[in-house]
Amino acid sequence: MKEEITITIDGVEIKTKTGEFILRAALNAGIYIPHLCFHPDLPPHGSCRVCTVKVNGRHMASCTTPAEDGMVITSDDAELLDLRKAVIEMLFVEGNHFCMFCEMSGKCELQAVAYRLGILVPRYPNLFPQREVDASHPDVMLDHNRCILCGRCVRASDEKDGKHVFELMERGAKTRLGVDAENNLGETNLSIDDKALDVCPVGALLIKDTAYRIPIGERQYDKTPVGSQHKGNK
Amino acid sequence: MTATEIKTVTRKIVIEPVTRVEGHGKVTLLVDENGHITRARMHVVEFRGFERFIQGRPFWELPVAVQRLCGICPVSHHLAAAKATDWLVGGENLTPTAQKMRRLMHLGQTFQSHALHFFHLCSPDLLFGFDAPVSKRNIIGVIREHPDLAVQGVMMRKYGQEIIKATAGKKIHGTGAIPGGINKNLSIEERDFFLSDIEQMIEWAQGAVELIKGVHAQMPDLMKTFGAFPSNHLSLVREDGALDLYHGNLRAKDSLGNIIFDQVDYANYLDYIREEVRSWSYMKFPFITSLGKENGWYRVGPLARINNCDFIPTPLAEAERQEFMKEAEGGTVVNTTLHYHWARMIETLHSIEGIRDLLNDPDLQGDDLIVRGEKRKECVGLIEAPRGTLFHHYRIDDNDQVTMANLIVSTTNNNEAMNRAVQTVAAQYLDGNEITEPLLNHIEVAIRAYDPCLSCATHAIGKMPLEVELVTEDGEVLDSKFKNR
Ligand code: SF4
Ligand code: NI
Repeated sequence: MKEEITITIDGVEIKTKTGEFILRAALNAGIYIPHLCFHPDLPPHGSCRVCTVKVNGRHMASCTTPAEDGMVITSDDAELLDLRKAVIEMLFVEGNHFCMFCEMSGKCELQAVAYRLGILVPRYPNLFPQREVDASHPDVMLDHNRCILCGRCVRASDEKDGKHVFELMERGAKTRLGVDAENNLGETNLSIDDKALDVCPVGALLIKDTAYRIPIGERQYDKTPVGSQHKGNK
Repeated sequence: MTATEIKTVTRKIVIEPVTRVEGHGKVTLLVDENGHITRARMHVVEFRGFERFIQGRPFWELPVAVQRLCGICPVSHHLAAAKATDWLVGGENLTPTAQKMRRLMHLGQTFQSHALHFFHLCSPDLLFGFDAPVSKRNIIGVIREHPDLAVQGVMMRKYGQEIIKATAGKKIHGTGAIPGGINKNLSIEERDFFLSDIEQMIEWAQGAVELIKGVHAQMPDLMKTFGAFPSNHLSLVREDGALDLYHGNLRAKDSLGNIIFDQVDYANYLDYIREEVRSWSYMKFPFITSLGKENGWYRVGPLARINNCDFIPTPLAEAERQEFMKEAEGGTVVNTTLHYHWARMIETLHSIEGIRDLLNDPDLQGDDLIVRGEKRKECVGLIEAPRGTLFHHYRIDDNDQVTMANLIVSTTNNNEAMNRAVQTVAAQYLDGNEITEPLLNHIEVAIRAYDPCLSCATHAIGKMPLEVELVTEDGEVLDSKFKNR
């Protein structure tokens, strides 16, 4: 039986249960902490570091840190804002993100969080890596140019679809998204209604020929900027 | 400032950059030892290939991605690519709502593009004369002496841009046209907003036609001789021969008005048009295959369209067309450079009449937006862009990825014609071995009549610098001159 506890985020006391992850507790209480690799329907991953907060002064990923009674958490301060911006900016320069013509523009969480944090131009130089487009699947396109290696599709395929279509391969700067096949996505058992296709925060994993169906102004984040239903960080 | 350098036998005069042309390039005038201009060449000096950039991208990105080609005419590329990709999804028979929304977008952009060109870029020349001092011959001069006209220009442009926004989603880099359709209709509120100003816009467009006719009446000889030379004319026309900026079949006429080919399905354009590559230019030289490289070049754009069509399907513009065609000496075709402005204003009037008709059409409020049919691997899309016929041609592989892109943009279609115009005008105004202010001005006026977009023409991404040059047969420079944009 989990007991009710109280934690404080940016001076606001909220109730949660022991063991609940800080990010979930905050979101449930209507407080927005920026995040990317976290998805409400999936187990947390703790890889992107966008949701970093200070717990009793220490930097922790809020999506994987369980709440404890009396915890004092800082999410909204200049240092954390700058850290989050730096992380997001790195994601932009490490891939090839051309929002101007990307079909996920207006629906992309990376873009939405960047807007929310007030990022205009990344502080780092663009790396323009050579990445592949894997369009071998009849219904799905995997554009590695836009993959931020959040692992959401990996978790969704494993946990929700009962498959193992995706895998994060290698480590560090070499990390890449692999597929469970000799050559490409077309050889996997991925199907068009897999949960894995629903959870990609960016335009990396897409259902083919559905682009730009929603007019500008009507897209998800045109209407409701990310975090706008929550209190919390600017 | 003028930097004059004269060598004994060899001569080259450099003029750069041509101001008030969208984008930049370089024009070289070649002169023989007697000081006669033998050829004119418009170069482009920078090149970044869109065709390569788009390789491997999925086809459904094309209508949006291709807008990166040019920040000046994105809507034309958006629509040409959409028309092409319609074929890839078997959606070429658009729903009435989709087709009319696209037509509205296109007329909106034609209206704003023509208004910008006329009021902002050309009215200074036309109102103050080609020889007026540069300090006066600019939009500021127009604002000072003809404030009402300047305001009209701004308001007309804005009206067109708002139409683009209401149909494409944004004024530039919109997403409205998608393979097989459109992603939105026009709401009643949007419609009523546009209808509230429509009569004013029509009146101003009529005023602009009157204005240019007045200029012709004032100096008929200059208007008829300046940069005049016979050429073929190419454009789309509707099946019944009407002017249609959005869709039709290819028609080509020669300089006397004889039909070279007619009602050609543009999917077969490669059977009728070829492109010549010349070593000195990134811009290719298209020509009508049956006439060969020497004689097959042609004009496109407003002049060619008004020449080629049998009638304009809106009454005010049609009346103006009939008056315009009286200018055709001998044949049934006008072959003078400055008549481009007049033709462009007739099209402006046609565009706004067409916008009015569309706004009153309840199909714009329909909900049936997208069509899907049998998939294909190759597609061609053509449109009459404000600057002239625009060709998009793509091939995709089994994975829906682009393997080939070939674009012939309006400005490239006018390439040889612009070279001829510069050559003709330079021959008329070159005096000695020096680029005089009048020569420079007149060359600018000639080029500007074609409303070139050098950004498009090089398939560069974004804007680029243009430089104009005059060279001897021996390849040496006589004179160069720089003007700031
Ligand atoms: S494809 Fe999408 S969901 Fe999968 S790792 Fe890349 S960004 Fe994350
Ligand atoms: Ni252009």
